[in-house]
Amino acid sequence: MSESTKSNHESFLEYKGKYRGILGWILSTDHKRIGLLYLYTMLVFFSVAAILGLLMKIQLIAPGHTIMGPATYNAMFTMHGIIMIFIIVVPGLPAVFGNFFLPLMIGAKDVAFPKLNLASWWIYVIGILIVLTSQFMGDGPPDTGWTFYAPYSFQTPANIVPALVGAFVLGFSSILTGINFVVTIHRLRAPGMKWLKMPLFPWTLYATAWIQILATPVIGITLLLTVMERTLGVGIFDPALGGDPILYQHLFWIYSHPAVYIMILPGMGVISEILPVFSRKRIYGYKAIVLSSLAIAFVGYFVWGHHMFTSGMSGRALFAFSFLTFLVAIPSAIKVFNWVATMYKGSLIFQTPFFWAVSFVFVFMIGGFSGLTLGSLATNVHLHDTHFVVAHFHFIVFGGTGFSFLAALHYWFPKMFGRMFDASWANMGWLIFFAGFLALYLPMFYLGIMGMPRRYYDYLPEFHGANILSSLGAILMIGGALIIIVNLVRSSRYGEKTNDKNPWGGKTLEWQADTPPTLENWEDIPEVTEKPYEYK
Amino acid sequence: MEKNAEHTHVHRDDEGDKLGMWLFIFTELLLFGMLFLVYAVYRYRNPVAFQLGGEELDVFLGTLNTVLLLVSSATVAMSISAIQKGLKKHALVFLGITLLIAVVFLVNKYFEWGAKIEYGFYPGGEALLELGHGTILFFGLYYVMTGIHALHILIGIGLFIYVFQQIRADKIHSTDYIWLENTGLYWHLVDLIWIFLFPLFYLIH
Repeated sequence: MSESTKSNHESFLEYKGKYRGILGWILSTDHKRIGLLYLYTMLVFFSVAAILGLLMKIQLIAPGHTIMGPATYNAMFTMHGIIMIFIIVVPGLPAVFGNFFLPLMIGAKDVAFPKLNLASWWIYVIGILIVLTSQFMGDGPPDTGWTFYAPYSFQTPANIVPALVGAFVLGFSSILTGINFVVTIHRLRAPGMKWLKMPLFPWTLYATAWIQILATPVIGITLLLTVMERTLGVGIFDPALGGDPILYQHLFWIYSHPAVYIMILPGMGVISEILPVFSRKRIYGYKAIVLSSLAIAFVGYFVWGHHMFTSGMSGRALFAFSFLTFLVAIPSAIKVFNWVATMYKGSLIFQTPFFWAVSFVFVFMIGGFSGLTLGSLATNVHLHDTHFVVAHFHFIVFGGTGFSFLAALHYWFPKMFGRMFDASWANMGWLIFFAGFLALYLPMFYLGIMGMPRRYYDYLPEFHGANILSSLGAILMIGGALIIIVNLVRSSRYGEKTNDKNPWGGKTLEWQADTPPTLENWEDIPEVTEKPYEYK
Repeated sequence: MEKNAEHTHVHRDDEGDKLGMWLFIFTELLLFGMLFLVYAVYRYRNPVAFQLGGEELDVFLGTLNTVLLLVSSATVAMSISAIQKGLKKHALVFLGITLLIAVVFLVNKYFEWGAKIEYGFYPGGEALLELGHGTILFFGLYYVMTGIHALHILIGIGLFIYVFQQIRADKIHSTDYIWLENTGLYWHLVDLIWIFLFPLFYLIH
């Protein structure tokens, strides 16, 4: 690469554009700055929702009223769910790391529509603000759970409409990001980067973006219909007017099941990036990972009924949905085999991103298997709406997406900030977090099997022991999260400076760009000749 | 240095822009697709009420609006052809006609809805609530589906006004007309959805 000209020498963190100060960030169309805007926004709301979760666990440390009553508890799990799902996990990896690294990994200067990208962030923030108004206006905060099931969602006096409208607006932001990424991947890959030379994180973003485009409108219209149900009384989901509340559940899950794959697929991509680098080995079965990602995105559309096994469906439909659910587990299992085979006989490098990646595989496997338990008809009837579901869901969505998010954050941290994080604090944070995570969620499997229902602020005395363990786990995990966050925030400001382009020895394109990257990423667009992950 | 808002190089990719528009159209198709699904479920469950409901609608106004939208799809396509050939004036005239037709469509809609609302035939309206569940659902869906469609017409009108200004200011011209083309694509979608709404509500007896 030629010596850079002056104008493109400054890193994206430093350059001065038309606007100064904070305006230079919130009006920037640079994909890297937008990625960081999402990261900071999510950090704030993750903290809020994590504290809500902690308060719920403290309430459950003993039977009966400990720190809150039933109404407060209902509002807490509703807000915890709405924030975590619609504000953190669904946009999560694509909005932060997709924005920052997709163009870098495919050798582009930015995404296809930079202005639309900035608009997506603004729409996202507006959506958040609308959701938040539901807490402070009207007749109390929403208490329906994040699923807004009919008919309760238009019978409760609580302030549901802003939550629905906010979730709709957040969905719009998600759709626009999806469109942006599909067009970016189709049009802006560097010369020589054929489809099967594209790294795996962009591949999973591609599969995710298609789900965002094709599934999000379904939840959009469902939420709008519920708004109209509340405000106008059109009757579509209201049994008193001839409507069918089960139809709401169908429409809701036609989106919300694929949405689970929006949450987890990019996480799988991140793990597929990290493991070859820290094993110094070519990824095992590149094509299998690509195909299984697309297969997950496709089959994921046809399994929504497994959320409704006890809602009332024909026996034939039950069998079909259960069978398809088993089918969708196959591509996920293929990936686990690929990751393990990649590490096999590799020269493993034990550093923070590797720890996160390996623990991801562990918790993802537990989450996946418990998903099969829920997907089979007989066990589902027993476990439906118990703590088992909560444990499964958190193993996949928090263990899967959350762990891969933290893996990605540590892996790409030096590239994003031009500084190194403190490794010993990071490792300690990981260990405490991981131990707390297991202590928090493993007892919930047991509680669920024993019959403790979810979404209750109270429980029978015989569940006390496991609940104490679970609540202590929550406190431990939040402690670990605190160490991780403080360490990363500190390191982003005071950490050891580095201009090393490739601190981990990665083979993908983002490690050829400057650290931190310049405004337009490249002096000359790189030419791609090899497949990614070619370790010899 | 104005590199912040506009990057130094001008990146232009008409193919990419069109691809983005098509993806957006997919999302719209799924949005309305779910409404068609809900319609299908309730029509299957309430065949008689839906048939009687359909007979209450004004077939003449519905047909008129269908013809209007079909013509407007043609005129917006003509406007694109005109701009490709560099005929600015023609492009503006055809676009103006399209805009006018879109407004007339909404005026018709206003009278159509207005007449029903006057008789209490609206969601939550007394006259409607006295009737059976099937009829309530039929008119609920009628207002929701044609209402969301009308909202799309309104957005189309906004787009036409913007594009009209851009053509007049020579920002859109014979070598750079992707905004007009994408607006046309959007308008065809709005037209296409009406082509399905019209028989579902007005014609099937």
